[in-house]
Amino acid sequence: MSPGVVAATARRVLQQLRRDRRTVALLLAVPCAELVLVRFMINADGPLFDRFGLPLLGIFPLVSMFLVTSIAMLRERTSGTLERLLTMPVAKLDILAGYGLAFGAAAAVQAGLLVAVAVVALGLEVTGPLWAVVTMAVANAVLGTALGLFTSAFAATEFQAVQFMPAFVLPQLLLCGLAVPRDAMAAPLYWVSWAMPLTYAYDGLDELRRHTDLTAAAAADLAVVLALTVVALGLGAATLRRRTA
Amino acid sequence: MIPAVRAADVGVTRGGARVLRDVTFDLVPGEVTGLLGPSGSGKTTLIRAVVGVQRNVTGTLDVLGRPAGAADLRRRVGYVTQAPAVYGDLTVTENLRYFARVVGAHDDAPARAIATVRLADHADRPVSSLSSGQMSRVSLATALLGSPDLLLLDEPTVGLDPVLRAELWATFHDLADAGVALLVSSHVMDEADRCDRILVLREGRLLMDDTPAGMRRRTGEDRLDEAFLALVREGAA
Repeated sequence: MSPGVVAATARRVLQQLRRDRRTVALLLAVPCAELVLVRFMINADGPLFDRFGLPLLGIFPLVSMFLVTSIAMLRERTSGTLERLLTMPVAKLDILAGYGLAFGAAAAVQAGLLVAVAVVALGLEVTGPLWAVVTMAVANAVLGTALGLFTSAFAATEFQAVQFMPAFVLPQLLLCGLAVPRDAMAAPLYWVSWAMPLTYAYDGLDELRRHTDLTAAAAADLAVVLALTVVALGLGAATLRRRTA
Repeated sequence: MIPAVRAADVGVTRGGARVLRDVTFDLVPGEVTGLLGPSGSGKTTLIRAVVGVQRNVTGTLDVLGRPAGAADLRRRVGYVTQAPAVYGDLTVTENLRYFARVVGAHDDAPARAIATVRLADHADRPVSSLSSGQMSRVSLATALLGSPDLLLLDEPTVGLDPVLRAELWATFHDLADAGVALLVSSHVMDEADRCDRILVLREGRLLMDDTPAGMRRRTGEDRLDEAFLALVREGAA
C-alpha cells in the first residue's frame, strides 16, 4: 500500500463530495431532522427518548454513509475510472482506504453535529462519557462506509445499489435490539443477530446509555465494529478485478 | 533492442467465442503503429490484452520484456480507453493532479499534459461541462503524465476536428521521437498515413503488418481507404 495514493484518493473523493453541495446538506441535515422527529414522536425527554435516541446517533450515520459510499463506488466502477486506476501503480486497498478516509472524515462531521444536536438541543441524557459516544458514532459511520464499498460490488446499477438498503440494512435494523430486545426474539433470530454488524453498533451505544464509563462490553463492541470495518475493506478490495472478460 | 511488445500467436476467447486468434507482431520503441480494422474486429480486445486487463489470453504476449499485466509495467504503460475515463465532477486540473499523484509524476506534469492536449484555456472547468472531444483529450492527457515507455490509445481522435487531430498526431510522433512506442487504434483509414506502421485486424485475425507504402504496393491501390477495403475483401474471400 502507498500512503501517498491513499491520501490523494481521499482528497479527490472529498473534492467530488464538496462539488455536490446538496448531498453534503442532506448528509448533515437529514440525520438531525430524523432525530428531532424521534424526539417529538416520543414527545418527552427522559428514559424513553434516551433509549432510542442514543443508539440512533450511531445507526443514522451508518445507514447514510452506507448508501452514499455504495453509490459513489458504483460510479467509480461504471465510469471506467476504476479500470483506469487499476492499470496504474496502485494497490486495490489504496483506493478503498482512500474512500474510507474521505467518507470517514465526512462521517466525523456528520456524527459530531448529530451528537451536538441530540445533547444540546434535544436534551438527550448520556450516562457514559461523551467522547466515547462520539467515537462510537464515527466508528459506526466508517463501518457503514466500508460495508457500502463492499456491497457496491454486487450492484450493476444504482437501482440495485439502493435496494441493498432494504435488503441488507433493514433486517439488521430490525434485529439489532433497537425495536425489541434481542434476547426476547425467536431463538434463530437471536443467533442471526450476532452475525450482523449493526448489532454491535447498537450494543456499544446502549452500553454507554446504561453505564458511566466505557465498560469492557462497550469496548468489545467498538473493537468488533473496527474489526468488521477492516474485514469489509479487505473483502471490498478482493472484489476489485484488474483483469476482466 | 527489446521490442516494446512481442505478441506471438495471441488469442482471446470471450463467452466461448474466439475474438482474437493467431495474432503475431512486434512493436518497436520510437514508432507509431496504427491498429486499424472495422468496428468489432478486436482492436479494443487486443489493446486490453497488451495492457494486461483482458482475461483468457493465450499465446505469448510480452510487454517491455515482461509478461503483459506484470505489476511493474503499471508504471511504464499508459492506456487510454475509448470512452473517456475521468471524473466529470472535477476540473481538468483536479483530474490530472489526482492521477499525477497516483502514478508518482512530477508536480509540473499536469500542466504540461494539459498544454500538450491544448486544454490550457479550460483547465479550471469541470470536465462534465466540456465537449466530448475535449473530454477525450483530458483522458489522453492523463496517460501522458507518467512518461510511459509504451502508450496504448484506443481511438483517441474520434470526434476531434481535423486541426486538432493533426496536432495530436504530431504529438504522437514527438513522443515516438523521444523513444516511446505507440499503438493507436482507429477505424478511420485516412489516419493510416500518419502511422509508421499499420496492423490491420479483421474478425480477430491480423490481415496485415506493413508500412503505409507497403500496403499500397501490396494492394495496388494508391488511396489507403481503397487499399483497406481491398484487403478486407481479400480476407473475406
